Amino acid sequence: MPDPVIDLRAVGVRLGDTPILRNLDLRVGAGEAIGLIGSNGSGKTTLLRLVATLLAPTEGEGTVLGVSLRSPERFAVRSRIGLIGHTPGLYPQLTLEENLAFVARLSGAPSAEVPEVLDRVGLGLARHRRAAACSHGMQRRGEFARVMLTRPDLLLLDEAHAGLDPQAADLVAYLVKGVRARGGAAVVVSHEHGRIAPLVDRFVQLQAGAIAGSGGGQQ
Amino acid sequence: MTGLWRQALEIARKDLRTELRSGEVLMITVPFGAAALMLIPLAIGVDAPLLDRVGPGMYWSVVLLFGVLVTVRQSAADGAAQMDLLTLLGLDPAARFAGRAGASSLLLLVFETVLAPIALALYGNDPRGWWWVLALLPLVALGLGLLGTLAAAIAASVASTTLVPLIVVPLSVPMLLAATQVTEGIRVGATIFGWLLLLVVMDLLLAVAGVLSARPLQEATR
Repeated sequence: MPDPVIDLRAVGVRLGDTPILRNLDLRVGAGEAIGLIGSNGSGKTTLLRLVATLLAPTEGEGTVLGVSLRSPERFAVRSRIGLIGHTPGLYPQLTLEENLAFVARLSGAPSAEVPEVLDRVGLGLARHRRAAACSHGMQRRGEFARVMLTRPDLLLLDEAHAGLDPQAADLVAYLVKGVRARGGAAVVVSHEHGRIAPLVDRFVQLQAGAIAGSGGGQQ
Repeated sequence: MTGLWRQALEIARKDLRTELRSGEVLMITVPFGAAALMLIPLAIGVDAPLLDRVGPGMYWSVVLLFGVLVTVRQSAADGAAQMDLLTLLGLDPAARFAGRAGASSLLLLVFETVLAPIALALYGNDPRGWWWVLALLPLVALGLGLLGTLAAAIAASVASTTLVPLIVVPLSVPMLLAATQVTEGIRVGATIFGWLLLLVVMDLLLAVAGVLSARPLQEATR
């Protein structure tokens, strides 16, 4: 088996005295996609932030893209991780095109592709509209366009289908397939299990910060 | 990965473009600053010698008080999602600090420049000290920009915005003292080198502290 993209061993995360994640063992290999499910407050978002290196484990050991979650080298792999969270990260006073051009210039992605990815996510005609004037669904599409532009090796989608119409939901599949084809990995959080089942190899269920079970994807 | 200065320039450009569109500094803070400058002459009355004496001090007080609000507001403009975005783009935290402080300093320079003629009209019968006030503008703008950006980063790292005034007020007092003393020194012919040096040293110390603490503060914010 190739080196795992995500390898967590007995990892825990505490915020103050409160354990949010407990004794997690999780491996996600190259080319693999998993669905992360669980009720509200089960720790799904915290796990995504841990894997994105935005949080450090308070217990256990783990690697992401071959780098320890505790080592300073994790700073260097961050640009290879694409996270789409609950709240869109677009700058409200900038247009959609300016937002993506800003991302392209900082990440080193080709700015010339900005119009193309905006067209791909169905925002071509709205490219000069400020993000503040876009609906939540449009902003989510803008986030998808950002990930298409930066082509991460690890894709993390939180509440992947929230606020999306059926056409936009197809973009989730496009993104997951894309990262798998590049030999990367994807972790998809969604409450709509039926919609992500065709995209993932298996589901991992979180309950009260611990893994309660896994299995069941259709890939 | 692009160079640190290029990243800083991108951050500054984005912040300035955002400010130009929201107009918070020019449309909200400047009028309030001008109103604050007008209150003292209204209270004192037409006592030209007294207004002339207190003018530079009043000007710098307004610049510092409102300027800190400008720079802290600028620094707190990003939400958690934007912070995560910048982090995951691989942005060097020092570049973020430099870009943000640079943009804030430029906005403060505009703020100072717009208020200066208003202050001169309201207070300044003797323009000798005011020319030096103009020369001091970039130095004070840079200091305040750095201080506000650093204070906001520290406050974010401990999730307590109430910390901002506790950090900013004591550190801005030497700037206020230095700026007023330089202005007054020129008017009465006293030496100003020590006060100028204090401003320069404070700017340098704040810049070094901001750059060195950028990474630890970013990581502590999560």
